[in-house]
Amino acid sequence: MSTLHTVNKTPFERNALQSCVGHLSPGDALLMIEDGVVGARKGSSATAMVQAALASGGVYALASDLDARGIRPEDMIEGIQRVDYGGFVDLVAQHARTVAWL
Amino acid sequence: MAQKKKFLYVNRKAPYGTIYALEALEVVLIGAAFEQDVSLAFLDDGVFQLMAGQDTAAASMKNFSRTFKALGDYDVRKFYVERESLAERGLTVEDLMPITYEDEAEDYAEKPSIIPVSRAEMAALIAQQDVVLSF
Amino acid sequence: MSMQYKVGDIVADHDEEGYLTDITVWNRDLALLIAKTENIELTPEHWEVIDFLREYYEEYQIAPAIRILVKEMKKKFGPDKGDQKYLYELFPYGPAKQACKIGGLPKPTGCI
Repeated sequence: MSTLHTVNKTPFERNALQSCVGHLSPGDALLMIEDGVVGARKGSSATAMVQAALASGGVYALASDLDARGIRPEDMIEGIQRVDYGGFVDLVAQHARTVAWL
Repeated sequence: MAQKKKFLYVNRKAPYGTIYALEALEVVLIGAAFEQDVSLAFLDDGVFQLMAGQDTAAASMKNFSRTFKALGDYDVRKFYVERESLAERGLTVEDLMPITYEDEAEDYAEKPSIIPVSRAEMAALIAQQDVVLSF
Repeated sequence: MSMQYKVGDIVADHDEEGYLTDITVWNRDLALLIAKTENIELTPEHWEVIDFLREYYEEYQIAPAIRILVKEMKKKFGPDKGDQKYLYELFPYGPAKQACKIGGLPKPTGCI
């Protein structure tokens, strides 16, 4: 059964997203939370990493953290799904394990 | 007794600059009392935790790298170290301190605890776990 | 309430459980005093355990958990001394805990 990976750091300061994407297994999901959601914006140097994750499995970003940082749905890389806290819980429940990339 | 679960402790931070590495070690030691199937993973800057020749005297900090050598007695005997992370930092396995455990099944023969793995193998290792704790 | 041990000229702070605040100030006279507050008369057998713990700490920078202490004592001194009951007779409130306190080491990790 697959893994849920969470990333809570911006890819422009830390390598958490890069390292996470390098350790995905097919079918794994990636959830961006806290500062991690800035990686969801399209047209950045991190976009290729996010697209690699999209090719592997679902990519999600926490809506409240996106909203707080002024990242609108139309700013986001196509394919990333917005989830609320309930959706976060559902993702945890749907996967065998959760790995936090700090 | 309940079935053992596979626990993986993921270490991605260099020692001393932040508390992550020391905290991970404390959790591993406490967790050892629960007698689960424990593995440690060292990737990204986490590989610096295992560098040979650490000397913290002048920095006035506890040299907890020596504690890794005690973990074999706590049945923590699988230290997976990512080769790509070493190479990116100009390191090889030879730069790491030797860590061994005594195998009771083979007349207490000393065996290496460090297991170098590729990034793909590390990903597969993560996918086998019941619980993954990150530091 | 006093939070200090005093032996001659030596004054050593300790925490609310009696562990030394600064483990580098430990000496054998201080050990005798801490043992007294624990109601333990130190014998050569007690010292054997204390010295073993201090050597272990010096090497690994941790005090061992009780099951590790038993295992390692057995390896070094044989099955009579590498025995939980024997160690509890010497240190009734827990060998790892009480012997560490007397030996001037931090409380063992994972010891509640």
